[in-house]
Amino acid sequence: MSGNILTVSPSPHMHGNQNVPKIMWGVIYAMIPALLVSIYFFGLEALRVTLIAVAACVLFEFLIQKYLIKGMTTIGDGSAIITGILIAFNVPSDLPWWIVIIGSLVAIGMGKMSFGGLGKNPFNPALVGRVFLLISFPVQMTSWPVVNPLFSGKLVDASTGPTPLAIMKEGLANGETVTALKTQIPEYMDLLMGNMGGSLGEVSAIALFLGALFMLFRKIISWHIPVSYIASVIIFSGILWLINPEQYVDPLFHLITGGLMLGVFFMATDMVTSPMAGKGQIIFGLGCGVLTILIRVFGAYPEGVSFAILIMNAFVPLINRGFKPVRFGEKINI
Amino acid sequence: MTLKTFKLGGIHPPEHKISAGKAIELMPIPTQVSIPLGQVLGVPSIPIVKRGDQVQVGQLIGKGEAFISAQVHSSVSGKVLKVDGVPDSSGYRRNAVLIEVEGDDWTDGIDRSTELNRNIRELTQSDIIEKIKSSGIVGLGGATFPSHVKLMVPKGKVAEVLLINGVECEPYLTSDHRLMLERGEELLVGCQILMKGLGVDRAIIGIENNKMDAIDHLASLIADYPGISIQALKVQYPQGGEKQLIKACINREVPSGKLPIEVGAVVNNVGTAFAVYEAVQKNKPLIERIVTVAGKSLMESANFQVRIGTPISQLIEKVGGLPEDTGKVISGGPMMGKALNSLEVPVVKGTSGILIMNAKEAKRSRAVNCIRCGKCTAVCPMGLEPFYLAQLAKYEDYSGCEKNRIMDCIECGSCMYTCPSYRPLLDYIRLGKTQVGKLMRSRQN
Repeated sequence: MSGNILTVSPSPHMHGNQNVPKIMWGVIYAMIPALLVSIYFFGLEALRVTLIAVAACVLFEFLIQKYLIKGMTTIGDGSAIITGILIAFNVPSDLPWWIVIIGSLVAIGMGKMSFGGLGKNPFNPALVGRVFLLISFPVQMTSWPVVNPLFSGKLVDASTGPTPLAIMKEGLANGETVTALKTQIPEYMDLLMGNMGGSLGEVSAIALFLGALFMLFRKIISWHIPVSYIASVIIFSGILWLINPEQYVDPLFHLITGGLMLGVFFMATDMVTSPMAGKGQIIFGLGCGVLTILIRVFGAYPEGVSFAILIMNAFVPLINRGFKPVRFGEKINI
Repeated sequence: MTLKTFKLGGIHPPEHKISAGKAIELMPIPTQVSIPLGQVLGVPSIPIVKRGDQVQVGQLIGKGEAFISAQVHSSVSGKVLKVDGVPDSSGYRRNAVLIEVEGDDWTDGIDRSTELNRNIRELTQSDIIEKIKSSGIVGLGGATFPSHVKLMVPKGKVAEVLLINGVECEPYLTSDHRLMLERGEELLVGCQILMKGLGVDRAIIGIENNKMDAIDHLASLIADYPGISIQALKVQYPQGGEKQLIKACINREVPSGKLPIEVGAVVNNVGTAFAVYEAVQKNKPLIERIVTVAGKSLMESANFQVRIGTPISQLIEKVGGLPEDTGKVISGGPMMGKALNSLEVPVVKGTSGILIMNAKEAKRSRAVNCIRCGKCTAVCPMGLEPFYLAQLAKYEDYSGCEKNRIMDCIECGSCMYTCPSYRPLLDYIRLGKTQVGKLMRSRQN
């Protein structure tokens, strides 16, 4: 008999190959197509903002864990990088560097670390950062640079213009009709590809969708939140549109403009701040959709995705309590 | 053939069935055995031999007198050394009969021929139940519930169908697989005996489709056995769980806290069906079983036919000894098996396999914060919320545990297998279950 010392522990003695860094890096890979598209449309400015946000988030997480909490540092798990990229996706490409850094500090410090780090935060940290910036620096946060694709040869001075959502909102408020306003915004095909004004990650619905497919395939996200969120946006805005198509814009416009796709696929699906079981996730998605349209159509801001998701984040504990999974044996089917 | 499976939760761990191609080998009789008196999910039996007694193979040495208990027979012939506490797979000392082997002397009346005996016409229901009881047969899938008790249908309930569990969903294990391939006819006769004992005319053998050879083999034999059918199942863990198997095969859900008979089903393992055949047709009590020995670092893997009471160390010696890098030795499969602290633990009726894991596999990773991904909830085959139950148990909210149906947990380990944060979910849930069990018992008294 050899002198091996045997490990004794309760079962199971096997573990699947999923772990936190793998999931987080999977999300990062899924954001790459959207990042590339934003660099294409907004130039190297987009890359600059992204790098600053990521570096700031990782650095703040490290400093807070090392010197304030004095615990283990977990920057290797990639979650701070995600927060950084999401902050960059949520701001205009010409945002001054110091505002980006303030946003990162708020996101990581207030949004995440003050609650105890990854997994403990009730609100999506990147959205906390974004909303903080939106309220603190409304001018800089809502001046969107005009799209100037790389290699297009056009020499445009750094000029800014409103987003399609803002054009629509302002116009409708001034009594113009949807048909008239549509002439002022790009074609739907351009909107779909991302050829419009807006923050970095809001641009290309297709690139975001590609990333979402990758996450679905890797089982990082499940279908519940994206499907219910999109369905509720279509249904709710569709009802309004059917009531008066000249007063309320059609559902497709809502789907492909603004931060909806980014919110649907990358922020509402954040594991930490969404409900645990399928039923609850569907309720969460439905709530996000209704709130988004409510804010876009009747609220003060042209865009409502961030607020909608943050508000629904607050309901997550309640949803978890109220909507339990289907228990085995609840119904006997003979 | 349409594949069936259960719908709620479930995982698909790598199968690692490395010993699937290894025919059953007869393990040599050891020089000494220790036969535990408590090899049953119930009351341990009472020893009826003492130090110095001579015993024969198949002789009764422990009497199960309580309702949920089982007889224990000697698996060897020789002299009783002592009746004493011996550490079992749980690490606790439990009463066992230690026998020094002398020859291989069987009691009279045991038919040791391999000739198939298919004649069950004269058997009555009470004969069968009595024979299974006196042969000490317990559920060989690992739960070790006395088999004769399962055949005694409580008043007011009706048994409609017998399910035979040939799923073997645990990775590595192949003992049931080999049994179905090599003892197919015997198993089917055993199945018929169980049907008769239960008073049903329908039996379904559920087998996962990673054992197509076993499915084909048994399907080619069933023409001679009316009432028995084979159901191929899509591979999914924990399909071998009683409730999951019933759901997969006949689409009925056993209600919380109830037994399968509630939905008209009785489940027995293929190994049990074979043991029933041997007991009833050959008069041979349960003194042997098939044990898989496997592991990535082992020189070879094997399926042994082993006398109960043989020390596990001998099985490992037979496949080339314990590898240098061994970290863990497990009795059972990697998902639900018990890690052993000693290799002198004997093979018991419920030992389906011995698994050797290397140091790297044996190590648990450090748990980090729960990221609330909900994967544990998605894979739970009972529709529970493992993260929540673990939390409640950790903070000692046992009435909360009970309300959230902690006692429904079948301890399959799917939650912990899936958890990306390596959280010890099942450890806490087990603690909670123990406490809730105590609460429930104190309420009854």
